[in-house]
Amino acid sequence: MSTDIPESKEAAMRMADSDFAADRREHDVRSALLDYRDRIRAGELGALPAILGLVSLVVLFTALKPGTFLSKGNIANLSTQALPITILAMGLVFVLLLGEIDLSAGVASGVCAAVMAKLIVDSGQPWYVAVISAVAIGIVIGTAVGWLVAVVRIPSFVVTLAFFLGLQGVTLRMIGDGGTVPVRDDVIVALANKNMPIWLGWTLAAACAAAYAATQLLRWRRQRVRHLHSRPVELVAAQSAVVAAALLAGTYLLSLDRAPSPLITLGGVPWGVPLVGALLVGCTFVLGRTSYGRHVYAVGGNAEAARRAGINVTRIRVSVFMIASAFAAVSGIVAASRLNSVTPDSGGGNTLLYAVGAAVIGGTSLFGGRGKARDAVLGGLVIAIIENGLGLLGTKAYLSFLITGVVLLLAASIDALARRRRSSAGR
Amino acid sequence: MSGTPVLDLRGIDKSFGSVKVLHDVAFSAYPGEVTALVGDNGAGKTTLVKCIGGIHPPDRGEYRFEGARVRVGSPRDAAALGIEVVHQDLALCENLDIVQNLFLGRERRRGLVLDETAMEEMAHRALSGLAVRTMGSVRQPISTLSGGQRQTVAIARAVLWDSRVVVLDEPAAALGVAQTQQVLEIVRRLADNGLAVVLISHNMNDVFAVSDRIAALYLGRMVAQVRTADVTHRQVVELITSGVAGEPGPRR
Ligand SMILES: Nc1ncnc2c1ncn2[C@@H]1O[C@H](COP(=O)(O)OP(=O)(O)OP(=O)(O)O)[C@@H](O)[C@H]1O
Ligand SMILES: [Mg+2]
Repeated sequence: MSTDIPESKEAAMRMADSDFAADRREHDVRSALLDYRDRIRAGELGALPAILGLVSLVVLFTALKPGTFLSKGNIANLSTQALPITILAMGLVFVLLLGEIDLSAGVASGVCAAVMAKLIVDSGQPWYVAVISAVAIGIVIGTAVGWLVAVVRIPSFVVTLAFFLGLQGVTLRMIGDGGTVPVRDDVIVALANKNMPIWLGWTLAAACAAAYAATQLLRWRRQRVRHLHSRPVELVAAQSAVVAAALLAGTYLLSLDRAPSPLITLGGVPWGVPLVGALLVGCTFVLGRTSYGRHVYAVGGNAEAARRAGINVTRIRVSVFMIASAFAAVSGIVAASRLNSVTPDSGGGNTLLYAVGAAVIGGTSLFGGRGKARDAVLGGLVIAIIENGLGLLGTKAYLSFLITGVVLLLAASIDALARRRRSSAGR
Repeated sequence: MSGTPVLDLRGIDKSFGSVKVLHDVAFSAYPGEVTALVGDNGAGKTTLVKCIGGIHPPDRGEYRFEGARVRVGSPRDAAALGIEVVHQDLALCENLDIVQNLFLGRERRRGLVLDETAMEEMAHRALSGLAVRTMGSVRQPISTLSGGQRQTVAIARAVLWDSRVVVLDEPAAALGVAQTQQVLEIVRRLADNGLAVVLISHNMNDVFAVSDRIAALYLGRMVAQVRTADVTHRQVVELITSGVAGEPGPRR
């Protein structure tokens, strides 16, 4: 929200000569960087903790498991491992933006995956019917949760805890104790197990990089022409370049031949990655560029103010739970694709905590009003790296639980401390 | 000045649970005039304003707008009629920036997409009319503003629209001397432009400086609605503190 504005006391003093001086002032790279530093100091951390976490985890696991962690096969593995967590977390961002929580999203993903698998296996439905039905079930669950939270006004913590327990029973009833429903449909399996043709991966990556740069530059020019607040063009260009580099580097790594035997070739970007990319673009657009997104932030910031501004707060509250559960359905489908099956434990265990952790690590606040769709991607990668790295190290199960718990607490602490910092800095 | 009120409330009752806060209140606001609403703490001024703005719809009574009976059940209904309220507790979203708050609930769009540039330009124009000192950027979040600056934003939000009635609940409470003067000037200017302005204030000097009429609430009852020119300072203070005024009595 408050991305590019100089706003600290220091910055204010530098420009206090006239009103809205900051909007008319020429920004150069130096002043923009100073403003950024001031913002970080005031607790406006943005993506910084997640990026630092990513880098240090990669360094740590590369040091502990040289050769294996950064092998081509494991990088591809990592990318598919992050998919379900990221999708689940992206839906949860909407709920967290209101300062609510959805503890049932994980098991809801299990129920939806079971519905999909049963429809394909037992009723012989085509994959698209199964997928649409699963998402529809997700939306129904979300509507029920949202209604209980927004209309009946039960705290979301309690409602979703009840659903967390109840929905596990539903999955168990559908699949049976110890049962497994195999997922063999080609399209579903392809999501996490098949790769795009190499040329398509490159084309998509290049197109996305170009589109990102174009929207950034067009926005910059529009602001510039109308003499509105804008950032230095060097920074806009640098940001576009970094995004392009990340996209192309990822595509390069995933396009290398990672087949264990020289007789076959195996390479390309897994199909699930562009799916997450599309969801990311869609959510970023909705949250940042539409009235609906603006209203979500407003309700999360001050529900009474939003109500007085004429926003239908109840509708916004119900809708975020619907979005979270619909995303949970998609996440459950991708998880089923990755494991080639659905079991009664699908979506249970620590699935939800991983997703909440991902959103919070990425920078979404548990207190509501702050967060972005990209947080889910950054945080999802962090969580996947931890899960993957601990797996490679052969860490005992009890230790994995402990470590994951500590990481979640750490992220929540950063969130709480940054919030304290903001309020003491008068933000 | 003018004859018929834009806003005309009659027999308004409002209770919170078993506590009756407004008793059979009548209140009118006239176009081109500033009506000051006065009363002690807890007299029910804010409650009346919330009834006008659709925040708490009244339990009973008649709500007339430009002579016609209307139902104002939500803030959206009030805004649709052209009634803007600056609330005593400012009702801004601290996590959003100034532009986003000004247009909250009424965003400018081009198709599906928010028209940020148009909103930013309009915000600049609205705020430069209010001459706020030391506000760095219209893109800074509300949480970085001082109390007085927040108040200015809240006022700007009410005057940004093409409204008929503007209600200000103690708008100058957090403002410095110069800013208070500025707000009073805005209040006067709005009325001179033909709007009906309702101003709540505890400061008698401000009330006498800008208002054309004074309405006094005492323990939830409207005890007088008089022309400012017809009463003295002392009489208004008596109305506020005891509900009755000494000689010469208030003429209706
Ligand atoms: N939501 C509410 N629930 C219960 N009682 C309320 C509520 N809002 C106001 N009241 C009561 O109604 C009475 C009038 O309150 P109101 O806020 O209208 O006073 P006011 O005239 O605006 O006072 P002030 O000058 O202090 O702003 C008070 O006694 C208050 O306790
Ligand atoms: Mg009040």
